[in-house]
Amino acid sequence: MRNLFIILKKEFTQIFRDKVMSRMIIMMPIVQLLLLAHAATFDIKNISLLIVDNDNSTFSSEFIAKFNGNNYFITHWNYGNQKLAESKLMEGSIDLYIEIPNGFEKNLLTSQESGVHVTVNAIDGAKAGLAMFYSNSVVNELINSFSRNKGYININQKFINIEYSHWFNPELNYTTFMVPGILVLLVSMIGLFLSSMNIVREKEIGTLEQLNVTPIKKSELLLGKLLPFWFIALFELGFGLILAKVFFDIPMEGSLWLLFAISAIYLTVILGIGLFISTITSTQQQAMLFTWFFSVIFILLSGLFTAIENMPYWAQVLTEFNPVKYYMQSTRMIMLKGSAYDDISVFIYKLTAFSIVINSLAILLYRKR
Amino acid sequence: MKKFRVFVWKEFIHIWRDKRTLTILLSMPAILIILFGFAITNEINDAPIGIYDKSKDELTSKITSNIINSGYFKLEEIIKSDDEIIDVFKKGRIKMIIIYESDFESNLTKFNTANIQIISDATDPNVANTLVNYAKSLVNNFIMIEYNISPNFKIDVKMRYNTEMKGSFLFVPGLITILMMLIGAMMTALSLTREHEFGSMEYLLTSPLNSYMIIFAKLIPYLLIALFDIIVILILGTVVFGVIIQGSLLLLMFECLLFIIMSLSLGLLISTVSKSQQVALMISLMGLMLPTILLSDFIFPVSNMPQWLQFITNFIPARWFNTIIKSVMLKGAGIGNIINETLYICGFIVLFLGLSIFNFKERLD
Repeated sequence: MRNLFIILKKEFTQIFRDKVMSRMIIMMPIVQLLLLAHAATFDIKNISLLIVDNDNSTFSSEFIAKFNGNNYFITHWNYGNQKLAESKLMEGSIDLYIEIPNGFEKNLLTSQESGVHVTVNAIDGAKAGLAMFYSNSVVNELINSFSRNKGYININQKFINIEYSHWFNPELNYTTFMVPGILVLLVSMIGLFLSSMNIVREKEIGTLEQLNVTPIKKSELLLGKLLPFWFIALFELGFGLILAKVFFDIPMEGSLWLLFAISAIYLTVILGIGLFISTITSTQQQAMLFTWFFSVIFILLSGLFTAIENMPYWAQVLTEFNPVKYYMQSTRMIMLKGSAYDDISVFIYKLTAFSIVINSLAILLYRKR
Repeated sequence: MKKFRVFVWKEFIHIWRDKRTLTILLSMPAILIILFGFAITNEINDAPIGIYDKSKDELTSKITSNIINSGYFKLEEIIKSDDEIIDVFKKGRIKMIIIYESDFESNLTKFNTANIQIISDATDPNVANTLVNYAKSLVNNFIMIEYNISPNFKIDVKMRYNTEMKGSFLFVPGLITILMMLIGAMMTALSLTREHEFGSMEYLLTSPLNSYMIIFAKLIPYLLIALFDIIVILILGTVVFGVIIQGSLLLLMFECLLFIIMSLSLGLLISTVSKSQQVALMISLMGLMLPTILLSDFIFPVSNMPQWLQFITNFIPARWFNTIIKSVMLKGAGIGNIINETLYICGFIVLFLGLSIFNFKERLD
């Protein structure tokens, strides 16, 4: 027990003596949260739109005015210059253009078939889809109100009134969704990279042999090496939560204790993976590469950016073995929805199982060497 | 020159011996491209939803089956009371609940109007928004067909440059930038810092070869691995995901080479400022990895970001490279269209190399 304290003390001194390291530990959550939460947004705003008006009628100017008043769009228009629109789309200075055909108003008034042409720059499929969706809904709304006002729609027509509400995040604020995710990323990366590179470092420099001949037990050595990162990662979580509250006003609907409890369990899994990588590699460069490789796969399959339900079946099966996914989901559920122990108990059991398996595996391998 | 070749050969043997590292470096592009290409998608299908049918008439069950048969939704929960709604959401699986008012069908017959309420779990705002909109248009279309209301208005949409709205057009260039940062910058930074850490750099520098040649020799194997990875990504992108390279292949390869050189000089720069590999790793991770993924227009469009952040992206080389590669690959742009971006990359190379030489000299003195 005394030995453990000595190692802990040594490790902490080593970390805090290194100015770059200690500064990184403080700066990382600040930079990540402040920078990334603003960057990681799918909130589509400022869609750059050009309307090519071939009709030049009262209704076509009403049409342009409607888009002008819409917050999603930055609207420009011209009369009949489709070539210009096409070249602007190529340059990338506009995201889409809408072409109003000649005789648009007349056809609408006489109930003949009419329509508009929308051309979208679809290189970014997700953005293009949303841009199209927003523009279509503005157009549809406009046409509906036009037809109703002019009395072309039968008052007796059947109509279903659909009301909707968005729970837990009524303003559809993307940062509310991303900040808990970035916190998870932060805690995981800190824990994984620091732990996987630590033991292998002693190995590379050759000091691990020296430690092995001291009266320190292997279990004490491992605990002493890993515990500091466990504390640091939990500290980062707390620090990050404060930043999230102060700068982004992210709610904390559920129990803070529950969040820390599941984080503590989750971190044993992460440190176990770090230890595992440490034992199977022999240089820091190798360890870094392995860690990078695993963490990219873990992060991509964690539902940080893209919902797991959208993935194909084989990928969903893969995510079952991804501890980051369970932690990501429970963090978001606790923070945003106020889920309680009963709601996330399955995740806790699974994380505990992961922890036992990976740590026994890592220790077994470590003993063999 | 012969000495130089010996040094390059030595580095190759070094990397060749470490089979595990080599395997990862060479297989990474294939694994990542498959993950990105197939698993990372924003398309909605089989989203788990709940139905709370207070009316339970013929029409509501028709609407429900219409919604489920669309393929976008999967019915996972039948809700029977108001109190259940919040519990269902807290359990986490259900993304949306559709509620029919009581006497739905008879209301529609009597008053020509009936009410549906949709509640979404908006913790993921995009998914919530998309799901609600899909559901709305499914219901509206159903009613139009059921009661024979045909609109006389059509919106005809064309998706330019990427007709099927495939994500591969984005992630092929994005993956190249990420891998270059990893291989070019991180790996070289660590490998050079290692020599410093162990003091073997001093030995190397006393050898008869010019010290710049020694560094150069260390970089060449990484340059070749990086080039190999780019080619794998381009081939897989074309063959598996059908990305057609519109512009000149020669120009594309030239720009890639330029970007590799940029990453290598960045790796060199990092190695000259870090005392230990741990520090080099932290700098690369913090300074390169996340900004490259997040601020380079790869996953998140730069145009959505606040102004001050858009300004910061100007200092991220990957952002310029992303524009270059997208223009050449997808729009068929020539060198004239991308000269500015190319000059930016060249500027970064000069800057990083200059700073490295400055630091390096200082270190040796």
